[in-house]
Amino acid sequence: MKKLTVTFAGSLIAFAASATMAHADKLTLYCSAQEDWCQLMARSFEDATGIDVNMTRKSSGETFAQVRAESANPRGDVWWGGTGDPHLQAAEEGLTAEYISPMREQLHDWAISQAESAGNRTIGIYSGALGYGYNTELLEANGLPEPSCWKDLLKPEFKGHVQMANPNSSGTAYTTLASMVQIFGEDEGFEFMKGLHANINQYTKSGSAPIKAAGRGENTVGIVFMHDAVAQAVAGFPIKVVAPCEGTGYEIGSMSIIDGARNMDEAKQFYDWALSTDAQNLALQVNAFQVPSNKGAETSPSAPDMSTIKLIDYDFKKYGSSDERKRLLQKWDEEVSVLPQ
Amino acid sequence: MRNDSAKTTHPVLIFWIVAGWLGYCVLPWYGVEDGLFSFVWLLEGYPFDEDFAPAAFLIGQGEKLWLAPLLIPLALPLFALGRVKSDPRYAQLLILSGVLGFGWLIAQGFGIGIRGFSYEWLEALFGELGDRQYGMGYGAMIAAAAFLFLLTQGIAARGAVNGDVFVVSAIGGIIVIVTAFVFFPIAKMLFAAFVTEDGAYSISVFAAKFFDDRLWGLGCFFGARCGAAWNSLFLAVLVGLITTVLGLAFALVVTRSGFRFKRGMRALTVLPIITPPFVIGLALILLFGLSGSVTVFFADMFGVQPTRWLYGMPGILIAQTLAFTPIAFLVLIGVVEGVSPSMEEAAQTLRANRWQTFRTVSLPLMRPGLANAFLLGFIESMADFGNPLVLGGNFDVLSTEIFFAIVGAQYDQGRAAVLAMVLLFFTLSAFYAQRAWLGKKSYTTVSGKGDSGVHPLMPAGLAIPVLAIAIGWALFTAVVYGMIIYGSIVELWGVDNSLTLKHYVTAFSFRLEDEGIRWTGAAWDSFWTTITIAAIAAPLTAAVGLVTAYLLTRQNFAGKNSFEFGTMLSFAIPGTVIGVSYILAFNVPPIEITGTGIILVVSFIFRNMPVGVRAGIASMSQLDKSLDESSLTLGANSWQTFRNVILPLLRPAILAALVYSFVRAMTAISAVIFLVSAEYDMATSYIIGRVENNDYGLAIAYSTTLIFVMLVAVGMLQLLVGRVQIGRRTQLGTETSK
Repeated sequence: MKKLTVTFAGSLIAFAASATMAHADKLTLYCSAQEDWCQLMARSFEDATGIDVNMTRKSSGETFAQVRAESANPRGDVWWGGTGDPHLQAAEEGLTAEYISPMREQLHDWAISQAESAGNRTIGIYSGALGYGYNTELLEANGLPEPSCWKDLLKPEFKGHVQMANPNSSGTAYTTLASMVQIFGEDEGFEFMKGLHANINQYTKSGSAPIKAAGRGENTVGIVFMHDAVAQAVAGFPIKVVAPCEGTGYEIGSMSIIDGARNMDEAKQFYDWALSTDAQNLALQVNAFQVPSNKGAETSPSAPDMSTIKLIDYDFKKYGSSDERKRLLQKWDEEVSVLPQ
Repeated sequence: MRNDSAKTTHPVLIFWIVAGWLGYCVLPWYGVEDGLFSFVWLLEGYPFDEDFAPAAFLIGQGEKLWLAPLLIPLALPLFALGRVKSDPRYAQLLILSGVLGFGWLIAQGFGIGIRGFSYEWLEALFGELGDRQYGMGYGAMIAAAAFLFLLTQGIAARGAVNGDVFVVSAIGGIIVIVTAFVFFPIAKMLFAAFVTEDGAYSISVFAAKFFDDRLWGLGCFFGARCGAAWNSLFLAVLVGLITTVLGLAFALVVTRSGFRFKRGMRALTVLPIITPPFVIGLALILLFGLSGSVTVFFADMFGVQPTRWLYGMPGILIAQTLAFTPIAFLVLIGVVEGVSPSMEEAAQTLRANRWQTFRTVSLPLMRPGLANAFLLGFIESMADFGNPLVLGGNFDVLSTEIFFAIVGAQYDQGRAAVLAMVLLFFTLSAFYAQRAWLGKKSYTTVSGKGDSGVHPLMPAGLAIPVLAIAIGWALFTAVVYGMIIYGSIVELWGVDNSLTLKHYVTAFSFRLEDEGIRWTGAAWDSFWTTITIAAIAAPLTAAVGLVTAYLLTRQNFAGKNSFEFGTMLSFAIPGTVIGVSYILAFNVPPIEITGTGIILVVSFIFRNMPVGVRAGIASMSQLDKSLDESSLTLGANSWQTFRNVILPLLRPAILAALVYSFVRAMTAISAVIFLVSAEYDMATSYIIGRVENNDYGLAIAYSTTLIFVMLVAVGMLQLLVGRVQIGRRTQLGTETSK
């Protein structure tokens, strides 16, 4: 009997110990980058700090919707990755918390200006330029000229060969629309979109779908972020990446802490860690070809060289605001999408 | 008093009184973040810590004082203990306790949320609360159940349904859970359609979103695009018709022809049920896409330019027909077999030839089956999410539009709610149209009398085309599924066709270590979650479904029709709508379960319950009522009758419901995609992520594995059911001979 009590007490202690361990520090991470990158970030942070990470991967639009739905009762702590616009919008609506990281001085200027334009509620973690990629085999099979500029895509022989996402459902496509407006001016930009509309074979729902379709040989030209196109080429698909000659817009992949996070300390710890060179170098392991925001982080040799790309001075504050966004989308809906193809 | 109590102990009553007090005084009242069964709360300040304290301790410490009034209804039934059931006081006390307790529990739950009072008028009335509460936990749940069943016992004591406590409690329980998990979220979502951006309600917002050109536009007649509503409707009608015709062809071949490979055709029926979403769409791209093997073959042979014809309506139509034809077949085969041969023989004796017999006797008797098959195809097509996502092209349908209204750059819940309403309107209309078409005619042909005879063969003029269609389609299905397996073992789909098993290794690798097996594959997390959730949901679904079926077939009570409608409603609600409404309804107290495994389990129960109900009704109507009656006459109450007589005879139905809900829980995507969370990721949403990422090899390998896992589950069911049926017959024999 005594023995039994001892075993019982022993197991109780073991149970208590395991219970406190189970209750160790934890962090709920909403991740909007690609799956394997998200996994790697979560596992590496666990290894580095011993904090348990609960990670969900959803697109930035989905995550934004979730953060907003949960605003009365936040469940996530940090939102890492995904294009900057929804992060800016979340900041605008006060869904994310202000935080100034001690890591800031190691970052590129564009990352900090992203933070400043949002009242320090978000920060840049990587950037990627817009462009397009084409399937070399299909281009040849259809006898099409090699495109190198945006306006090349308006040529009549490209009819039915170009794919982009629907700006209403994809941040990438909205960046495209906003970039055209900034490159060509609003009127000419919309003329460009109308011309493009005539050649588009499908507006996909998700931003990177056009280049994936091109990789599979289901489409010739896909307008996407260049790093997505590079990833397809590296994966072995016959894709060539183009940085358009007129210049191009870009996105800043961002990170925000969710306002009212249940694990605020861990969230800040993750935030600081994610801005370090160690964390940003992880991107190379998973073929993520964006440009990291830490000046000391390595870039991949396959990544598009940002110095050779003509980047426009993208006005994130203006084109990230929900009013401007609504106006442009509505104009696109009314003037472009209704045209016969 | 003491002498009396010997006569008036009510074990059920005592049980629920004790449960009520347990819920109030012992279990944590609010939801425990790590889950009740982690038992972490036992070690962290229970019972005094505010997060884990039972209601009684909270009040004792002067907190959450709005829970104090619950003591009154908890105490009331104690006074009923000494009384006999026929005493009117007994019933009055219980009803009063139940109504007060349940009503107050709900009122405080909705009235006080995480920001104090939830409604402005409450604040105006009582001033700032300065306190708040989170979602209810097990303590509150047990207490609520206790109040509910005290109430039903009171109602039964007043004589409702012959004073049958079990039946009244079952009705009450099902009404409450269906209200909480079907009507409440749907109502919440409908309200969302009227909310303006600043949170006010307005009809004009609804109108603006409802009369949108993207929804109702008819541009496709002028070279532009049509609205999503018309697209969905048109597609669903076509899919319903085609699947019904094909399903009928299969059913006729299996029952009324001399075709040799009938068993193989039957096997095809399980395929769509166990196929994860997207897989068929992906296989079709591999075959008929711009660079698909069939396309390239024909393009080379005839020197034509390959086109993207697959993307859009044709692709979705083919994929959905592939996926849903077997469902139509499943429905129709029962009906076609059920047409009594004696009717057909009678027609033939009256000199009708085979064709006349078929057209004037067999076919009209199949009408309920045809209507059901059409309805199923229609609803499945409306709700289908995976195929339009992969193959949709520029052909927008409601289900994907709903998804992108919520997750896309539009962030417009109101629009999603409006679209969901349109979708719901279509499916419910189809539901009613089907009922109206069938009317109140009798299609019963199998009576209690002996019914020997065999079905006549099809007339030759019919048999040849039917056989050709059925065989052609069966071969096509086989090719598509062959493609799926092939897709999972090639290096890089469409580019590098060398064979490899690396996708299976990435997904399902594991290492043997000292501490046991380490699951290193990428898919294990979601795989085990899926299995666990499905295994928990299946028995609950079967239980709820069968109890409902029992009430519907065996009992008569006021409001039975609306009860039936309520329980079948969730069948007509597409999964996307359920997903959206669950997020809206269950992210805030009183029921706060988003991000947990519970919400997934709950959504599966109510998505699949109608099937359990149908299966139960079908088998129960085959059991003669005299069995129940004799049991009741022998002094058993209805619970004992249900448990000892009906349940054992229902084993095939139970197993069918179990496996169906298990399998559906593994392949469902439309509702799940909104409800998964970091901890509880499901296989299908993981697969969607891989597809999005162009990682087709892994996605298809994972899907193929799921298909085999489910095949094993279904196979085991077939074995079990086969045995049980034999057992049942002998059991029936002995029971009746007694």
